[in-house]
Amino acid sequence: MIRRKLEENFFRILMALATILVAGSFFLIVGTIFYKGIPSMSWDMISKVPGGGFYIGKEGGVLNAIIGSLYVAGGATGLGLLISIPVAIYMNMYLGGKNIIANGLRIAFDVLFGIPSIVYGAFGFFIMVYFGIRASLLGGILAVTLLVIPILVRTLDEVIQTVPKELRDASLSLGATRWEMAKVVLRQIRPGIFTAILLSFGRAIGDVASVLFTAGFSDNIPTSLHQPAATLPLAIFFQLGSPVAEVQGRAYASALILTIIVLIITILSSVLSKRLSKNIK
Amino acid sequence: MTITKIKLYNYCNAYNHYNQIMSFRLLKDKAYSKLMLVFTSLSVSIVLFIGIGLYCKSLPVLHKSSWGSLLTSSEWKPLKGLFGFFPFIMGTLWVTAISILIALPLCLLTSFYITEYAPNRIRKILVPFVNLLSGIPPVIFGVWGVLFIIPLIQDHIAPHFVEFSTGYSVLAGGIVLAVMIFPLIVSIVCEVLNTIPGELKDASLALGATKWETIRKVSVRKATPGIVAAVVLAISRAFGETIAVLMVCGNNPVVPHSIFDPGYPLPALIANNYGEMMSIPLYDSALMFAALLLFIIILLFNIISRLILARVERKLAV
Repeated sequence: MIRRKLEENFFRILMALATILVAGSFFLIVGTIFYKGIPSMSWDMISKVPGGGFYIGKEGGVLNAIIGSLYVAGGATGLGLLISIPVAIYMNMYLGGKNIIANGLRIAFDVLFGIPSIVYGAFGFFIMVYFGIRASLLGGILAVTLLVIPILVRTLDEVIQTVPKELRDASLSLGATRWEMAKVVLRQIRPGIFTAILLSFGRAIGDVASVLFTAGFSDNIPTSLHQPAATLPLAIFFQLGSPVAEVQGRAYASALILTIIVLIITILSSVLSKRLSKNIK
Repeated sequence: MTITKIKLYNYCNAYNHYNQIMSFRLLKDKAYSKLMLVFTSLSVSIVLFIGIGLYCKSLPVLHKSSWGSLLTSSEWKPLKGLFGFFPFIMGTLWVTAISILIALPLCLLTSFYITEYAPNRIRKILVPFVNLLSGIPPVIFGVWGVLFIIPLIQDHIAPHFVEFSTGYSVLAGGIVLAVMIFPLIVSIVCEVLNTIPGELKDASLALGATKWETIRKVSVRKATPGIVAAVVLAISRAFGETIAVLMVCGNNPVVPHSIFDPGYPLPALIANNYGEMMSIPLYDSALMFAALLLFIIILLFNIISRLILARVERKLAV
């Protein structure tokens, strides 16, 4: 009996330690980024584009990357929504939601979600070469759109499933067509759509591998879809290896900015989805 | 007479009008249905497009040498047209194995703690942190690896085992990856553990088993398919992770022999060489072959784990 009690206590402590380590790794990461990033943060950093040449220039900030990131993530999320809202509606309203085809589609989108972004990047690059598009804002947006479609579809799908069946039945029994029913449901899930947008935006803004081949890199803010664009993750990736301390500082500052943006997005979306689930119940 | 005639006329008119509107609405419904079907099939067939596209692009290198020699040769000399992927495959395997070895025990213990032991108050604090961790972009993990893990290995871990290490090693890649897959494993395993009926655990506890014995003999056994699915999913995630690993792995195209040797995983190979791949013949084809390889492996692993998870879910629904 004593041995069993000891075993119980031993594993209980082990579990607590493991939990502390897993949850603590979050603080370790964010702590490291803040510790390194805050000294190189300044107003110039977020209000100026880099000066004196990429990789060696000491002046300026990372405004080009901030704006570029917003363009890429915003464009991809917008384009992704245009595609994934119809897909989610089709799966639930027209296919009936719970049958073999709809479930097969769900698994397919889950699998698409698991495909690494480097493969999307390579595929996007292949398409761009095929159509003769140079590395540009447009290319970056297209590659990232492929990346976020599965996230958007699966999130919207889950949100639509939370809409009470009675609501759909009521609109159908009043003589509405399935498309009219879909419009009613869409109005109902507006907060859910917002959560999906946030999730997709968070994934899109942080991803490097997909934009590495497709977006190019530039010290200037892109003014058209055909110009190359910088994004925050690319700015971190390219500038971290620089021998010049100021350029490295730009990478640290970019990391800090990106972390803050992503944390805000994650917190917002979890608050929203909590409120959503309360509404339903 | 006339009044009824007018009435009848009006009725007919209204009926026709109604019919017109109705058929228009039905037409609209049908049109949208077709449009959405097109969207759905297009977006699902991205999988096919990627597979076919990558295969077509890797045909030139496949014509020159066979699958077998590409996968088992260690000669990587793009300028001479020699593409042996063995070192890169081994690099990927080393990094993935290390990350799973680190992450799995920690994540299982954490999931047990969260589902069985932690008081509600603490659980409510813990779960959001796991979510936050999953939201952090890969490149941030990479920066953290460079700033924290590399010096740690170089100055504190490696000196105990080997004479010299720069810190850029498969171990560093494994640790960074392990942290990246924490949230994935923990969230799936927690979900699976939560679905185990309380009666089963109560029965075990009532027979005098301790909590740990209940976990070991009841929960783990019940949750095994879910745990397997989580691990397979984590492996496929680790396989494809690019930037974070690339930043800490050393990127040396030789087969690693110890955890302190540098490695060069497949995704890092693709990401590192996109700049010069258009200037050397067959190079782009070889890199697309690498992408195809990754795609096939990850596709298989994902399908397996999703099927297991879908089955677990279906069993619970019944």
